Amino acid sequence: MSTIELRGVTKHFGAFTAVRDLSLSVSAGEVVCLLGPSGCGKTTTLRVVAGLERASAGDVLIAGKRMNDWRPDQRNIAMVFQFYALYPALTVRENIMFPLHVERLEPQTAAGRVAKVARLLQLESVLDRLPSHISEGEKQRVAVARAVVRDPNCFLFDEPLSRLDVELRQTMRSEIKTVLRGLSKATVIVTHDQLEALTMADRIAIMRDGVIEQIASAHEVFAKPATVFVASFIGIPQMNLLHAQFEGVENGHGRFRIDGQPTRLPVDPAVAKLAKGQVTIGIRPRALVLDGAASADAIAGRAELIEPMGAETLVHARTPLGSDIRVVVPREIRVNAGDTLRLRTEARETHVFDHSGRAVRT
Amino acid sequence: MTDTVATPVGPSAPARPFRQFVDRVRLRRSSTGVSDAGWGRTLVAAIVSIIYFFPVFWIILTSFKTYEDALAVPAKFFFTPTLENFVHVFNRAYSAGGPVQNTGFALYFFNSLFISGVSVLLALAIGTVAAFGFSRYPLRGNDTYLFIILTTRMLPAIVVIIPIFIMFRVTGLAGTYAGIIALYTMFNLPFAIWMMKSFFDELALDVEDAARIDGSSDVRVFFKICLPQVLAGLAATTVFGLILTWNEFLFALLLSGVETRTVPVAMSQTIGGDIGVRWGLLAAIETLFLIPVIIVTFALQNQLLRGVTFGTIKR
Repeated sequence: MSTIELRGVTKHFGAFTAVRDLSLSVSAGEVVCLLGPSGCGKTTTLRVVAGLERASAGDVLIAGKRMNDWRPDQRNIAMVFQFYALYPALTVRENIMFPLHVERLEPQTAAGRVAKVARLLQLESVLDRLPSHISEGEKQRVAVARAVVRDPNCFLFDEPLSRLDVELRQTMRSEIKTVLRGLSKATVIVTHDQLEALTMADRIAIMRDGVIEQIASAHEVFAKPATVFVASFIGIPQMNLLHAQFEGVENGHGRFRIDGQPTRLPVDPAVAKLAKGQVTIGIRPRALVLDGAASADAIAGRAELIEPMGAETLVHARTPLGSDIRVVVPREIRVNAGDTLRLRTEARETHVFDHSGRAVRT
Repeated sequence: MTDTVATPVGPSAPARPFRQFVDRVRLRRSSTGVSDAGWGRTLVAAIVSIIYFFPVFWIILTSFKTYEDALAVPAKFFFTPTLENFVHVFNRAYSAGGPVQNTGFALYFFNSLFISGVSVLLALAIGTVAAFGFSRYPLRGNDTYLFIILTTRMLPAIVVIIPIFIMFRVTGLAGTYAGIIALYTMFNLPFAIWMMKSFFDELALDVEDAARIDGSSDVRVFFKICLPQVLAGLAATTVFGLILTWNEFLFALLLSGVETRTVPVAMSQTIGGDIGVRWGLLAAIETLFLIPVIIVTFALQNQLLRGVTFGTIKR
C-alpha cells in the first residue's frame, strides 16, 4: 500500500530547528502539498521522507514500514527535484532508464517501459539527446518521466514547476495532475506557489518555522484559515488584516473599534464567547463591497491607489488612522484616487483571530 | 526660431567614424559578451605563439641536419634533410671509426613510457577516489589533511633528495621500477587530489541525491554519475601529470639504475664524447621525446577543451 506517515518528526541542524514535531499522513492516491515561505522547513521535510536527511526525532513510515534507518536507495521512492537533477552525461533515454536497474529487467521490457512513459510525456523526439540540449519544459518532463517509470512506494516533488514560465507552468500543472491520477500513489509536493498548491493538491499543509499551521482541503484553507499566518498566506490579493478593539456582540454583529472608529461587522457565533480586548480582523478584498449609504456597520477610508487587474480593479484605501485596506471591485465601478469609500462586508466573510493569532470559529 | 537640434558641423564631423566604431564595438560586446577578436588581435597572438614555439621548431629542424649543417654559421634554414641522426639515436659508433653499437635508447624510451604511464595512471586512480572522499565524505579537519598533502610539494626537490636517496638505499628500492614508479606516483598525487577535488566540488549534489533515490549505491553513484561528469578534469590531470613525470630529471638521475634509466637521464649522458656535442643527435632524441606527449595531449584535446564547467547543470 502506497502511504506516507510522519509521526512527531523533528530535524535539527546544529542549534537550528528546521522541522518541529511534525505529523502528517498521506494515504494512497492522495496528493498533499507542503506550502510555505522560503526556509519554513518544507523541503527539509521532503528530504527526511526521501532519506536524504535523517530525522533527529520521530518516525518516518513509508508503505507502513518504519524507514528512519533505511538509505534512500532502499526506500523505493521517486522524487522530482527543483533543478530536475538530470544525469548530465546520460542521454534522455538513459536518464529515464536509470532507475530501472534496480528491478533487473530484461532489456526489451525496460525499453518498453521507457517508450511508454516517453509517449505519455511527449518525449519521443528527444530520447537520444543530452539534457543540456533540450528545453526547460522538456527537462521538466524528463524528470517526471524518470520518476514515473518505476513503480515506487510514493512520489515526492520539490518545487517541480518553479523553473518554468507561466504558460508552461499551467500546462505542466495539469499534465502532472493527469499522470498522478492514473497512478494512485501517496504524493507529496513542496511548493511556495499557492496557486500550484490550490490546483494540484487534495490537501494543503501550510508550514511556518518548521510547524504545520493548518492542513486541510484547498477550499477549507481558503474559507476557514486556522491562523493569521494562513489567512495572510493564502489568497490573492492578500487578506486585509486589521488590528481592532473587540467590544462585544449584539444581534450576530460584533462591535469593534478599528483605528478608533466604531464599526459593526457580521461575525461567527463563537466570537460571542471571546473576552473583550485586542483582536485581528481578517476580511478578503473580494468580500468587501462599496456601500453608498452611510451606515454604522461600515469602515470608512480614502482611496489612494487604483490598480486595474482586467476583469476587476484593486483599490488600496487608507483609514483615517493609516491602516491599508485592499478592496477588489468589479471593473464597471469607477473609483478615483481621493474618493471617500464606505466599505461593508457580507455575513460569514469576516474572520476574527484572537490575541494568539488563532481563528475564533464554531 | 529656437531650433536647437544640433547638426554636426565643424570639428565634430571628422570624429564621427571613430565614434561609430566605438559604439559598434560596445554594442557587440554588450549584446553577447563574446565577440570575434578580429584579424589584428589574431595576428598578434600568432606572432607571440611563433616566438614561443620557435625553440621547439628549431630542435625539430636541427634533428634533420648533418653534423656540419647543425654547426653552420649563419644558421641554415634550408639544407638537405637526413635521417642519420635518428638512426644514430639507437645505433652508432662511440668513437670515430669504432664499432657500431646499440645505444640502449630503445630501452630508455620504453622505461620513460612505462614509468610515466603507470605512475600517472596510479596517481589518477588513487587521486580521483581520494578527491571524491575529500569532497563528499569530509573528515574532521578535512582542510588540514588537504593542506598536509600539499606540503609534500612545497619543498624544492633538491632539499628532499638526500633523505629519499637514503630511504631507497635502505629499502632496496633504488634502481627498481617499483621504486621510481612509487616516487612519481607520490609526486603526482597531491596535484591529482587537489585538481579532482575542485572538479567534484563543482558538481550539482542534487544529481547524486537523485541517483541515490533511484536506487544507486555510493559506488554506483561514483562510477555512473560522477566520473562521467569530470572527464575534462581527468584529462587535464593526466596531461599535467604526464608532462611533469615525463620530463623529470633529478630523481631519475639519482634513483634509477642502468636497467631503469629514463630518456632525460640518458640524454644528459649523450652530451659530450670525443667529437664534441652532437647537436643533431641530441635534437633527434628530443624530437622523438616530444612525440608521446604530443600524441596524448592531442588525443585528450577534445576533453581538455570542453573545459571545467562541462557536464554541470546550469542554474
